[in-house]
Amino acid sequence: MSGQEALFEYLLRLGDNTLILGHRLSEWCGHSPALEEDLALSNVALDLIGQTQLWLNLAGEIEGKGRDADKLAYLRDGRDFRNVLLVEQPNGDFAATMARQFYFDAWHYLLLRELTGSKEARIAEIAAKGLKEVTYHLERSQEWVLRLGDGTEESHRRMQTAIDDLWMYTGEMFESDAVDEAMVRDGIGPDPSSLHEPWLGLMRSTAEEATLTLPQPGWAQRGGKRGIHSEHLGYILADLQFLQRAYPNATW
Amino acid sequence: MYAQMVKTGVDHIQSKEEMSPEERAFQDRVDQDIKIEPKEWMPEAYRKTLIRQISQHAHSEIIGMQPEGNWITRAPTLERKAILLAKVQDEAGHGLYLYCAAETLGVSRDELMEQLNSGKAKYSSIFNYPTLTWADIGAIGWLVDGAAIMNQVPLQRCSYGPYSRAMIRICKEESFHQRQGYDAMTKLARGTPEQKQMAQDALNRWWWPSLMMFGPSDAESVHSAQSMRWKIKINSNDELRQKFVDQTVPQAEYLGLTVPDPALKWNAERGHYDFGEVDWNEFYQVVAGNGPCNRDRLRTRVKAYEEGRWVRDAADAYAAKKAARAKAKAA
Repeated sequence: MSGQEALFEYLLRLGDNTLILGHRLSEWCGHSPALEEDLALSNVALDLIGQTQLWLNLAGEIEGKGRDADKLAYLRDGRDFRNVLLVEQPNGDFAATMARQFYFDAWHYLLLRELTGSKEARIAEIAAKGLKEVTYHLERSQEWVLRLGDGTEESHRRMQTAIDDLWMYTGEMFESDAVDEAMVRDGIGPDPSSLHEPWLGLMRSTAEEATLTLPQPGWAQRGGKRGIHSEHLGYILADLQFLQRAYPNATW
Repeated sequence: MYAQMVKTGVDHIQSKEEMSPEERAFQDRVDQDIKIEPKEWMPEAYRKTLIRQISQHAHSEIIGMQPEGNWITRAPTLERKAILLAKVQDEAGHGLYLYCAAETLGVSRDELMEQLNSGKAKYSSIFNYPTLTWADIGAIGWLVDGAAIMNQVPLQRCSYGPYSRAMIRICKEESFHQRQGYDAMTKLARGTPEQKQMAQDALNRWWWPSLMMFGPSDAESVHSAQSMRWKIKINSNDELRQKFVDQTVPQAEYLGLTVPDPALKWNAERGHYDFGEVDWNEFYQVVAGNGPCNRDRLRTRVKAYEEGRWVRDAADAYAAKKAARAKAKAA
């Protein structure tokens, strides 16, 4: 794999994570537990959609085949998506959404912090902009893990179930492959495994304060980074891509 | 218009002589365009009518999130998706400002939500129609927000301070919504034959329900007369409807779309468009709960509210625990 090809893959991973999670969060709009949450969840979704545009436009530029963010988002099939399995998991109840968000935000924050020092200036720039947003996302999802974990008996039970159920999707974020190795080699991105300890530290301290029990390290579901997804992704794409597929070559 | 046929509880308009000294002083302030603020004395009927009107408007914003929210996950580009999501988010924000304005009149948001969920409170008839294609999103921005603005711009000057201020904020965002709707329609009208057809079909389906938003003629209505006297209604329904038609018909022509009304014709003498009769039977049916989506809209709202209860309870419980711990620490 050439450096350019690896960089393209890497940018797809970044952009697909934010695209799919932004999509999932946007499903909440109008259905959340309170108006304030309709506002807040939409804000996070909007930030992620904005980041998607930046990552995928850059990916298209690197690829050099005339694809922009929309072409990449709307005209690839599931096997070509590179997001981690975590972000495509269904919203479930509010606890599941917030557990998914907290797992992702903590990793996303650590990753973007590293990427602000990337040798690839355009990546550093996007990461710096995204980091400001993600710092707030993390504060918010952490706060909800605390509230629900240490709220009522019911909320505690639901949050414990959520962190247990989603745990097996977190391992993939810290695994390294040829793409990650190329990024480390070229000074573009960090070794994913280097993010694991700080991530775990935040998980442990938050779980403790939230009176939750963090699951034991175990088998990690993997595949998203190389296009082997869960069954959920196909339905997301059926929704997301409907108009572009039904009316090819139209502009909107 | 997001509040339709708001009752005032009065059966005739009092003359100044019939009023108590307090009522007279109140009416004088209204006549002089001095804003009424929450702590000031106000007639009970004024307070109750405002609660009905503001909460109906708030409920319309909240229910109105559904027909448009229906297309968020299917928006055709990342930019359209962001714009639509931001717009529906604004509607949640408008609902919040308006519930806050209503709360200054001595009613809680929870009480108002219960009234909505139980089916007791009304919301605008327009949101009981389905969004079947992407063009419906453009049509809602263009027509529905356009109609809402007709009513809301004058309400920025209404007599009740908190309502007037909420309306000023809302109007800024609504005019942006309307522009984006028209922009989405323009793209379709200038697009492929299928897109143009989609735009025309949306106009066909949304035109009449948009005219219904203004409510039936209220030239003879004592409630409207009283609301206008109180300056919480500024124009008659027919005036606003005419203004809307006059503004919108040239926009449709510019798009190359046909307004679905064979009676529509420019009347040079009046300086206005003449237009056909609205099917008020359909309107009353929709208001009575028989529109295509009434049941779904309400069920969806109740479901979100009920399924969110444990989350709101947990947030309250956590806040109480935190406060207790802070207190214990301080002691």
